[in-house]
Amino acid sequence: MFLSEVTNQAGTFFHLVPWAVLFPVIGLVLNMAFGRRWGEKGVALVAVTASGLAFVVAVLLWLSLRAHPEGAVIQVASWMTLVQVDWAFRVDTLSVTMMLVVGGVGTLIHLYAVGYMHYDVRYKGDPGRYSRFFVFLNLFIAAMMILVSGNSYLMLFVGWEGVGLCSYLLIGFWFEYDTHGRPSVANAQAGNKAFIANRIGDFGFMAAMFYMFAVFGTLNFDRIFAEAPAVAHSHPQALLVITLLLLLGVTGKSAQIPLYVWLPDAMAGPTPVSALIHAATMVTAGVYLITRSHVLYDLVPAAQHTVALVGALTALFAATIAVGQYDIKKVLAYSTISQLGFMVAAAGVGAYVAAMFHLITHAFFKALLFLAAGSVIIAMERAHHPLPEEGGHDAHHGEDPEGFDPQDMRYMGGLRKVIPVTFWTYLIAGLTLAGIPPLAAFFSKDEIIAETKAAYPLVYWLLVAAAFLTAFYIGRQIFLVFFGQPRSHAAGHAKESPWTMTSVLVTLAALAAAGGLLNWPQPYLAAWLGHTLGEVEAAGLNPVVAGTSATIAVVSLLLAWWLYGRRPLPTPETPDPLKALLGPIFRGMEAKWWVDELYWAVVINPYMALCRLSAAFDVWVIDTAVNDAAWLTDFVGELVARWQTGYVRNYALSIFVGVLLIFTYLLWR
Amino acid sequence: MVSTNYVLILSATLFIIGVAGVLTRRNALVIYMAVELMLNAANLAFVAFASAFGALDGQIAVFFVMTVAAAEVAVGLAILVTIFHTRQSVDIDSLHQLKG
Repeated sequence: MFLSEVTNQAGTFFHLVPWAVLFPVIGLVLNMAFGRRWGEKGVALVAVTASGLAFVVAVLLWLSLRAHPEGAVIQVASWMTLVQVDWAFRVDTLSVTMMLVVGGVGTLIHLYAVGYMHYDVRYKGDPGRYSRFFVFLNLFIAAMMILVSGNSYLMLFVGWEGVGLCSYLLIGFWFEYDTHGRPSVANAQAGNKAFIANRIGDFGFMAAMFYMFAVFGTLNFDRIFAEAPAVAHSHPQALLVITLLLLLGVTGKSAQIPLYVWLPDAMAGPTPVSALIHAATMVTAGVYLITRSHVLYDLVPAAQHTVALVGALTALFAATIAVGQYDIKKVLAYSTISQLGFMVAAAGVGAYVAAMFHLITHAFFKALLFLAAGSVIIAMERAHHPLPEEGGHDAHHGEDPEGFDPQDMRYMGGLRKVIPVTFWTYLIAGLTLAGIPPLAAFFSKDEIIAETKAAYPLVYWLLVAAAFLTAFYIGRQIFLVFFGQPRSHAAGHAKESPWTMTSVLVTLAALAAAGGLLNWPQPYLAAWLGHTLGEVEAAGLNPVVAGTSATIAVVSLLLAWWLYGRRPLPTPETPDPLKALLGPIFRGMEAKWWVDELYWAVVINPYMALCRLSAAFDVWVIDTAVNDAAWLTDFVGELVARWQTGYVRNYALSIFVGVLLIFTYLLWR
Repeated sequence: MVSTNYVLILSATLFIIGVAGVLTRRNALVIYMAVELMLNAANLAFVAFASAFGALDGQIAVFFVMTVAAAEVAVGLAILVTIFHTRQSVDIDSLHQLKG
């Protein structure tokens, strides 16, 4: 049965779904109009309420779906009638799962940002920008809700572009600074990089949509999925091309090889943005896209293999880079890329439930990691130069050296004593990421690894290696940041963040710890998503795989302790112990394997050369032609202008002579 | 009855005097009078032909010309007065701002 046949059901909340988009839109409009007048408290109240109401809508939809798991399609308005695309929202178990994640994590991060941005706008010296931040954040929630609830690829694309825009706006939120707060264009460039890398992915998505429309004559999910088996039979190549083009879109949005390079730079945005957009929600849109298109992928095994391989390679590659980073947020950024690789790999082997499961648990623990990292950064920053309202004298009276960077883990150390709440929540999130039972990611990651083991051994081994590195780099990070002795004045005098921030951390820590219950011991999530994805066999916990990966995680954490915990680094200048152990390999990890440099050499510099060539052509050929034409006109004009004496007499004479000539002609004809 | 030829010769003479006036004089008022002379030379030719061919068309045309000339006088003199107000002269050669 098509979902579109069930358009109106009494006694459900399905018709409320547009409000998931409208509430954030109302919030952002209010804040845009009155934000400056209302002050920080008013702005925060409106923004958090708007996001919270969107979450309430998602919860109501969830309640209705429990009774009517077949879902509904809610038509709001007709849009492009020519291509038969309407503004229609799709309520099913998959979209509502995403809406719950977006609304829930989004609201928590809104709450956290209330406290975080209070300090951030003061350190950057522009408190007026507080309301703008929440306008963008609400816009993001609205766009993300459109993305996950659209009933066609075109509507999904609207949300897809909307979140991309918000990502760009928020990466460049402090567009006149770099990440250290110095005047620079670095943040603006990071925003551009993200936007342009995403354009390449969007090109793939759009090409896929054009091709889909050519093949299926529609962009509506139900109709495409209904006709897909027939098309797979008659035009197998068409589906392969479509799915691979969609994969290009996924590599852009979900930061997979080869387009992942934008995500680490995207950390230039304020930390709540890194948590919400660049870890928990937006970057998972690609995983959602593959899961939503599972009918297409299931029909093309070659595309599935490609997806799985891209995901697994990304998972391992990004994990190696994460090991060699010193910036607390950069480690998490590469960790996000790596974890997204896990999800994409899972989607590639057809384990959509495992992918969604990991998406949800990842949203919890990675948002928590980023928010806790933000709490660490703010604590460092506050100790480095206290605000006037906290007894500070003026900016930069810290006793730390000029090169001090509040995000550099080498300047931290011993923070567990001064910011205990942040430490404990960070520890829980870190152990979750490492895959220590019984925390959430242990179950979700193991489900992925267990599914790939049967389906695709190469992917399995890549993911196991990535899981080993995951536990190692997060262990390294925790030991560097929280253990040992403070390696700077700021680290020794850090203060715990206010309750608006820590309460969110504690909530997310509870979710990250208990998130595994979603699909274990009862496969609730599998049954729930099965309503949308078709019959899914419950994977269950494979004791061999689970035992192996738990052992790997523990061994890896012990290795991290042996290197970083046993003998903590004494000063910021001490070289990383791994450097002696791995030598040039570590230098590669540290330098991100020179991928950015490679892209410069292979793509950007040739492109710049082409640009310079075009500019030269413009100057020497086109401009010359235009200038010469102008010169010719000017010259002829000068010549002819001598006729225009300005004396009426001469004009009269010329008229007279003209009349005479005409008469002469008429007479002598 | 005077021969039409003589009348036409007179008309042509008047017209040429008018043209010469327009082309040679610098005082706008005089040029204006010369233009009137040309108009009336044309009128004379009209009535001469009208009487020669016994048709009324020429005479009607004369009335039109006279009416238009009267209107033209009103507009033209107003312009002249304005020019005099701004430049304190009606010397046509001082008005050559349209020189290219």
